[in-house]
Amino acid sequence: MHNKSITELAADLRAGDYSSVELTQYFLDRIQRMDAGLNSFVTVCSDEALSAAQAADRQLQAGQGGLLTGIPIAHKDIFCTKGIRTTCGSKMLENFISPYDATVVTRLKAAGVVNLGKTNMDEFAMGSSNETSYYGPVRNPWDTETVPGGSSGGSAACVAARLAPAATGTDTGGSIRQPAALCGITGLKPTYGRVSRYGMIAFASSLDQAGPMTTSAADAAILLQAMAGFDERDSTSADQPVPDYSAGLEDDLTGLKIGLPKEYFGEGLDDAVAKSVEEAIAEYRKLGAEVIEISLPNTHLAVPTYYVVAPAECSSNLSRFDGVRYGHRCEDPKDLEDLYKRSRAEGFGDEVKRRILIGTYALSAGYYDAYYLKAQKIRHLISDDFTQAFKQVDVIMGPTAPDTGFRIGERAGDPVSMYLSDIYTIAVNLAGLPGISIPAAPANGKPAGLQIIGNYFAEAKLLNVAHRLQMATDYHKAAPANLGQ
Amino acid sequence: MSLDHADVKKIAHLARVDVSDEQMESIAKDLSNILGLVEQMSAVDTEGVVPMAHPLHMAQRLRSDEVTETDARELFQSIAPQTEEGLYLVPKVIE
Amino acid sequence: MQWETVIGLEIHAQLATKSKIFSGASTAYGAEPNTQACNVDLGMPGVLPVLNREAVCMAVKFGVAIGAKVAPRSVFARKNYFYPDLPKGYQISQMELPIVGVGKLTINLGDGESKVIGITRAHLEEDAGKSLHEDFHGMTGIDLNRAGTPLLEIVSEPDMSSAVEAVAYAKKIHALVRYIEICDGNMAEGSFRCDANVSVRPKGQEKLGTRAELKNLNSFRFLEKAINLEVERQIDIIESGGKVAQETRLYDADRNETRSMRSKEEANDYRYFPDPDLLPVELDDAFIDAIRETLPELPDEKRQRFEADYVLSQQDAVVLTASRELADYYEAVVATAQTDPKIAANWVSGELAAALNKEAVDVVNSPVTAELLAGLLKRIADQTISGKIAKQVFEAMWQGEGDADAVIEAKGLKQITDSGAIEKLVDDVVTTNPKQAEQYRSGKDKLFGFFVGQVMKETKGKANPQQVNELLKKRLAQD
Repeated sequence: MHNKSITELAADLRAGDYSSVELTQYFLDRIQRMDAGLNSFVTVCSDEALSAAQAADRQLQAGQGGLLTGIPIAHKDIFCTKGIRTTCGSKMLENFISPYDATVVTRLKAAGVVNLGKTNMDEFAMGSSNETSYYGPVRNPWDTETVPGGSSGGSAACVAARLAPAATGTDTGGSIRQPAALCGITGLKPTYGRVSRYGMIAFASSLDQAGPMTTSAADAAILLQAMAGFDERDSTSADQPVPDYSAGLEDDLTGLKIGLPKEYFGEGLDDAVAKSVEEAIAEYRKLGAEVIEISLPNTHLAVPTYYVVAPAECSSNLSRFDGVRYGHRCEDPKDLEDLYKRSRAEGFGDEVKRRILIGTYALSAGYYDAYYLKAQKIRHLISDDFTQAFKQVDVIMGPTAPDTGFRIGERAGDPVSMYLSDIYTIAVNLAGLPGISIPAAPANGKPAGLQIIGNYFAEAKLLNVAHRLQMATDYHKAAPANLGQ
Repeated sequence: MSLDHADVKKIAHLARVDVSDEQMESIAKDLSNILGLVEQMSAVDTEGVVPMAHPLHMAQRLRSDEVTETDARELFQSIAPQTEEGLYLVPKVIE
Repeated sequence: MQWETVIGLEIHAQLATKSKIFSGASTAYGAEPNTQACNVDLGMPGVLPVLNREAVCMAVKFGVAIGAKVAPRSVFARKNYFYPDLPKGYQISQMELPIVGVGKLTINLGDGESKVIGITRAHLEEDAGKSLHEDFHGMTGIDLNRAGTPLLEIVSEPDMSSAVEAVAYAKKIHALVRYIEICDGNMAEGSFRCDANVSVRPKGQEKLGTRAELKNLNSFRFLEKAINLEVERQIDIIESGGKVAQETRLYDADRNETRSMRSKEEANDYRYFPDPDLLPVELDDAFIDAIRETLPELPDEKRQRFEADYVLSQQDAVVLTASRELADYYEAVVATAQTDPKIAANWVSGELAAALNKEAVDVVNSPVTAELLAGLLKRIADQTISGKIAKQVFEAMWQGEGDADAVIEAKGLKQITDSGAIEKLVDDVVTTNPKQAEQYRSGKDKLFGFFVGQVMKETKGKANPQQVNELLKKRLAQD
């Protein structure tokens, strides 16, 4: 059951092969049995899931509901879920029972989805390895000594281990795509503004975007269909019609122009990963695509720019965690300053504090122009690179991450080397473009990801391009063994 | 660009994050390293480049002036560290 | 040493929208604590702001009313600081690109004098909550109902040189925001708040002195008092060889003093940056023009029209146009009474204003309505009663004893205009006071008043004074 696609599960539910309650229980049992070794869930919502499944079954019996009715999924613990603890991977929110639902959660609920639980993540989505979570690191189901990537590492690991058919994730600098690559699944970061950010705990508001994490592009299309769309509660939500993402999945790729940025294949890229990506591109040639070398000359500036913009926004976004209205409050504050300083020092982990401090510095008097304003200008240059490129090509391809999952603890002491894990994904967030990571051939026996970047609101095109590779190859069907099933 | 302890203290105060003396050294080092990474930006000529605050070139949408929210104090305060008579309590604020 | 005072005002006007600037919670005043603070106002994790159209319209309305350039593109920025009444740890405000640019306002200083005060800018922002310092076991209580209420911050140039000018300016802004119906102007409830930046410098010196920012000036009287106190304090400091510190000072009305605010002492670094949750506000000419169309007659226009149409002095016109309601009242009186506008002006700004002031009643709730007052003025005009008796009638109308005619009837206050009757009274008075008549005739003119008084006494003031005068003169000229 756990290797079936959403479409297959939906068909089975409708055929009465099993009920949503049975399906939900099946995945809850898998989580119960297998997650101890992965730590991909922070909170499992058995009771809520089963009662939602019952409701879904009633709908299905009445011949109502849609494709997602009764399908269990998991939510990254960054999405506020009413009545359910929402930790964002932080001690700060250890006891935070959200009083409201994020729009993504509301929409998926309305589509009939059953929420299995909340997945582990880097604290406040700050990290590329899932080691910054207060709830312990997530382990990569392909090799539990290595990281699953981050920050949506719990979502990636649970989908890879087939503990959930699909999960939601968020991506600020690669947090959907990089863990998808490292865990061998499909992860889509939509165009900025495509999916509502309301109720998604903000890291860097101008970069954050939610998206689906699934075992295939076809499933991603189904999930995105339910997540996407205008939301009047989010001023940055795009008021644009949502196309049918599944309709054009099988469209022919003859004549598709693929751009390969030379900057994505240079120094720092693992040879085995490069080989996997080249192999995937060779498949596209077979499918009739034309491959063109392009240049994104400001690529090297993406990481520095990001590490000003994102911390600056985060330093302000995280000011609300002050121990006054919700969240962690220190014991016996002696005065107001003490309340703030100790609650925040105790509630936030080291990486979050680093970014808050860097961001505070970048915005402070005397440094704003040199850091924040400068970064916003370079952001424009980086964005312009893509605008130029999309005059020549339909999609851009390259590796998602420079290497495969590294060992837990290997880079923990060196923030800067960790930051470079996102070298190929960050520019996409700075520009606000959509990007998808799909499994390529394994590199040294570990998952490797192919990243496909599209033009604004070209999610349907990305899904089509991704799906065609998945029709032609079986890379995405590989699942980790030895998980004690 | 490297930060000394005084810089870190000042930033930590602005950000209201307690930094103990023991942590000071490693934080100063980490922050300096990050600034080192960021330093690459200074070499770029950005003369005449318009800063980009948003990925999309959209204008702010305006909401109609309607009251859509109802009182949910009880729910909101059920997760508050300390309340009394409907108020959030904090250590005495001195004006 | 001669000193010169320099004052600039920052006025925060709460905009009279139904819902908050970035959320759908109510802005109504006086609700139970935290019952009008929704998840957005509380800064819950994940919430986002969406801008209220009406708040934008009101800001634009103010902009066009002061002849300022309304920005085609304005940007919201975050002002970052920690304070318990500021839930997100930042206030959404406007910094570099405010919605309203440079404008100006003319203030009237009495005696027909006026002065133009520059307005630097006006920008939209959200209000903070309230800290309640009553003792909760030594703690402070936070009420966030006010958090997110839209504010228009109106910043003046340092163009005022006395407390009187500052008050005139503040009153003018107050009248304007109420005229254009963007703020209820209720200072007691904090809907209209003034901060004053005050400094002094030796007369003739160009460089500005160090300024202090005065806060908590929640009435025009306090504004005036606080400025005067502050000017004195600063001059004392400098004259005794000291230096004025740049600081924020709180006015304490009970002690009538200003004191330094310790909590604001530390130099703040607000780390302003464009709010990434909000997009630039873009307004085209059509939008701005449509709002311009909705502007009512503004105080200055109305004042000028009053001076021209009703032949009033500037001073009278300023008083009558101080609020839209008072001006409307006056115009209704004139239209109904069809009488001399000057007399109507005297009554509205005299008897009526005094009564309203004494009883702290708003003109719209006056027990003597415009119609009632007009009825009274008609009876003065047609000589049914004298001006003096009219005051008695007004008093009775104020007490709810009916309209002018009813009061006159009930109290028998109708003026005696029957010349035969008056002639008889005059004759009696002259006859019974032969000595005084004698003295008058021999040149003691002042005694004329005595005879008038006697006649009035006999008639309880009801005799037509003009007729009494005429007939007395005639009678005393005899013999």
